[in-house]
Amino acid sequence: QPDPLITEVQSWAQGWGDGVDATPYGLPIEFESDVIRRNVGWLTADVISSINFTPIHALDGTITPTGCAFERHHSGAIELKKEDYRLMINGLVDKPLVFTYEDLERFPRENRTYFLECAANSGMEWAGAQLNGAQFTQGMIHNMQYSGIPLRTLLEEAGITNLGDQIKDKWVYVEGADASSNGRSIPLEKALDDCLVAIKANGEALRKEHGYPVRLVVPGWEGNMWVKWLRRIEVTDEAVQSREETSKYTDTLADGTSRKWTWVMDAKSVVTSPSPQMPIKHGKGPLVITGMAWSGRGAITKVDVSIDGGANWQEARLAEPGVDKAMSRFYLDIDWDGSEMFLQSRATDATGYVQPTKDALRAIRGENSVYHNNGIQTWWVKENGESENVEVSS
Amino acid sequence: ETYNLGRAALPAEMKAWTVEVFPDGKNLPEGSGSVEDGENLFADKCAACHGDFAEGVDNWPKLAGGADTLARKDPVKTVGSYFPYLSTVWDYAHRSMPFGDAQTMTVDETYAIVAYILYSNDLVDDDFVLSKENFLDVKMPNADGFIVDDRPETEYPLFSKAACMSDCKKDVHITMKATVLNVTPDQGGDDSAAADTAVDAPADTVVASAASEGASEEAMAQDAPAAAEEQASAAPAATEETLAADPALVAAGEKVFKKCKACHQVGEKAKNRVGPVLNGLIGRQAGTVDGFKYSKSMKQHGEDGLVWNEETVQAYLADPKGYIPKNKMSFAGLKKADDVKAVLAYIESQGG
Repeated sequence: QPDPLITEVQSWAQGWGDGVDATPYGLPIEFESDVIRRNVGWLTADVISSINFTPIHALDGTITPTGCAFERHHSGAIELKKEDYRLMINGLVDKPLVFTYEDLERFPRENRTYFLECAANSGMEWAGAQLNGAQFTQGMIHNMQYSGIPLRTLLEEAGITNLGDQIKDKWVYVEGADASSNGRSIPLEKALDDCLVAIKANGEALRKEHGYPVRLVVPGWEGNMWVKWLRRIEVTDEAVQSREETSKYTDTLADGTSRKWTWVMDAKSVVTSPSPQMPIKHGKGPLVITGMAWSGRGAITKVDVSIDGGANWQEARLAEPGVDKAMSRFYLDIDWDGSEMFLQSRATDATGYVQPTKDALRAIRGENSVYHNNGIQTWWVKENGESENVEVSS
Repeated sequence: ETYNLGRAALPAEMKAWTVEVFPDGKNLPEGSGSVEDGENLFADKCAACHGDFAEGVDNWPKLAGGADTLARKDPVKTVGSYFPYLSTVWDYAHRSMPFGDAQTMTVDETYAIVAYILYSNDLVDDDFVLSKENFLDVKMPNADGFIVDDRPETEYPLFSKAACMSDCKKDVHITMKATVLNVTPDQGGDDSAAADTAVDAPADTVVASAASEGASEEAMAQDAPAAAEEQASAAPAATEETLAADPALVAAGEKVFKKCKACHQVGEKAKNRVGPVLNGLIGRQAGTVDGFKYSKSMKQHGEDGLVWNEETVQAYLADPKGYIPKNKMSFAGLKKADDVKAVLAYIESQGG
């Protein structure tokens, strides 16, 4: 039968579409309205201090569209004008300084792409499969291109030469302008290495929910340290041991002791499609298996995919060479025979570290650890093309 | 190389912002506060979320209890059971609490509230007075409970070997399914996956759990998500629009209501939370919602004839603690009359 979409003149081929002034700043077309951040209501007491999830299942490429990049705030996303913005650098510096936003724009800046992953990403999956969808299991992540000033530049402007060899023992304490302030201590060595004071993300001003007008970028380290609405950087002798670095974001082991300062996000990957929110609708034949991989310790060098629950693996194709502490996209193009699959992906990074199974992590950390779960995810893809989040024997 | 940008930070500016307190007591201001004073202050400023005895309400953080639970399944992490440093409690309370009204507590009030939290954890007696002088004498039970990240020794060598590519295991079978728990939010649309799971698994395996704030650890534990009805109550209630409502005003009010909804619900499925439901607010006598535990003061005002209307709500929200002293609402208020007008329009549109 001839396709009427071809043989008949359609309304869109006849009349006008929108004029150029219809949407001065665009949103996705209405047909994509399900590609949105989602919240898991029972996770937190209130949306003001909560988290939502990037719809990673429906995205491709590596750059996360800013409008659906996950949010986490501790006291709500505040509105802070550039005119009202101040950044103070004080503590063990030669001359404590205050910068305006305009001052920051006058420092030489860099463009760098980095992933930001919440330490709690996949936390709900630690003790077992729980949420059905890549968005909910691995969606506390985004990957953006930041334009910003190296933190080193600002610290040198305030003067740290007096510290000499003591740099290794010093810290910076960073805090935000919101009511939570979300203060965190970061070793000065990391601050001088690759941290950025970002004023743009993906080419545009930071979104309110991502810390407008200025946020800290702490490449490869847990998202909580990427302080939003950054207002102060203090060079200190010791860690502050703030709420977010003692009572939260610490990892309790089986014997009841807890790891602290677990900043680095280890290598991890997930198949984003097919997945529970992305059923296969076309039946057997050519199938694109895709997903993303990242490591806080370097570039992704290799991703393997298994369709039989980890018994056998094939090397997937990286869409582009891996980038240091940024997300990689991988593809495995197969001819699906229509039988059930246990889909897994496994990332390897530049250090040679290979993403472990959840069982392997639990064997070391016990069942109460929650944060920093970088274990392998399994999707049970059924013959009808629908998927479920499961765990399989190791 | 420097750029000569920025200006010198002034001493008063540095003093205003450099308020973090270190474990050794650095930056702790002079002052003191008793358990006794702390109990009243806690009831007034903290109990709405943290409970009268710091035991936590709903998913808000528990601040007391949990002793000796860290090594068992689902540890309870509180100030008493988990926090290694008292400075952390003082610092966070003084800087970021009460939630929605941060940086309003005086130094002495903070000492008193921290003293009460210690008392509620059985760490001090009821006549205890916490001060800058004895701050470091307080022994935190989990002070030695932390080690610095040891993944480089315990994990990286183990996970940095060449990966197996074929015949890596003999048997592959499912050991756990997410659908058994059935706690994935409904995503609407034509996405069939979420709907299917509801059929597969009755939600009888889960129980509501008071969990800590944020991306809550206890809620994350696999057996702890809230019951299905809890989830339903969190969903925005679908309600009929009031005919007379000005849509623009209602929309503006919905935005303002974000400041209220941490504590108040309105609409068909609204429940009393930290604050009472706002259904039927206009025309209601103050302090009369069934099942809500009001302050004495609020009840008294109602019995004395206070009825909520635009004028009284306006006056109350302009200065909550001034209009009804000692009421429980820990909220700075809405200063703008337009905001109150809008939020009332929204509440009415939702069945209020």
